[in-house]
Amino acid sequence: MVKVVEAPEGFEGQGFFATSLDKVIGMARANSLWPLPFATSCCGIEFMATMGANYDLARFGSERMSFSPRQADLLIVAGTISKKLGPVLKQVYDQMAEPKWVLSVGACASSGGIFDTYSVLQGIDHVIPVDVYVPGCPPRPEQIIEGVLKIQHLAKTESLRRRDSDEYRKMLETYNIETTK
Amino acid sequence: MSTSSFIDKTIEGLNSKGFILEYVVDQYNEYNVFISANNALETIKYLNADLGYGFLVDLTGSHYPEKEGSEYQVVIHLQNLVENSRIRIKSNLSKDNLEFPSLTSVFSSSNWMERETFDFFGIQFTGHPDLRRILNVDDMDYHPMRKEYALEDATRADKNDTFFGR
Repeated sequence: MVKVVEAPEGFEGQGFFATSLDKVIGMARANSLWPLPFATSCCGIEFMATMGANYDLARFGSERMSFSPRQADLLIVAGTISKKLGPVLKQVYDQMAEPKWVLSVGACASSGGIFDTYSVLQGIDHVIPVDVYVPGCPPRPEQIIEGVLKIQHLAKTESLRRRDSDEYRKMLETYNIETTK
Repeated sequence: MSTSSFIDKTIEGLNSKGFILEYVVDQYNEYNVFISANNALETIKYLNADLGYGFLVDLTGSHYPEKEGSEYQVVIHLQNLVENSRIRIKSNLSKDNLEFPSLTSVFSSSNWMERETFDFFGIQFTGHPDLRRILNVDDMDYHPMRKEYALEDATRADKNDTFFGR
């Protein structure tokens, strides 16, 4: 059975349907997220299971993994990020086009996890802004799916002007990320 | 057995050149030969050219902060593939003079191993073509395997003394 996303709130009549643009765009964005998997360790294996037939993230519209950051909407960081990998991760984030979201999967990506050591980045939020954190070491696929659903919720309810706001620009500047305009 | 007789021949040869400060045979019947950093390059050249130790298995360092005057150590593992003979060369360095001759003129493979040893212990390999960090981030300002530095990362915010004994 094919399940179709419910239409947003609006006025419906014979041959027409009216709603606000941001609701339609939010709905479209949320249900067609193209994730870029940045998987470095065991969390990446759990993410592979999430994409596999048993858990099937494709059910939620994330059918297509984008291995180029240029076409990706959602950066899924799954695994330990060493300090030397930090600039690479930041570059990948830079290369993604707006709007973009970041999902930090697992203890290592979120806080450094058990790797409390000089060579490991103590959480990717030292380098890039994170939208949703998924706890666990590693998290189960259900948890990763919940994380993606939370990202969908953010995408669905986000104001269309948010990424043009001063607040957003200032937030990016705290990460030394260049902003246009 | 040819293996044990060849290592005896090696020790004899090194002794005749006066390279050996002392040597220890450990519980695994492996030979640990201590040499001076001053003639380390000649020693390795001699082992390579005359005694057939043509394979640099490993080159690394270690730190013994309690041993005054010989706090650092360069450890070199060599193998003679024909005679199936292994030897471990060690050289003590004082923390005031961390210079050790680069072996890149003998073994090209020592290039990255020396960079790694420099990266983690700060041992200066004189004559190395490109002695800079290899594994850690370029802007790191210390040598992390030295015992005076904590293993833990200082930027970690979610741990405190009460729970983790920092």
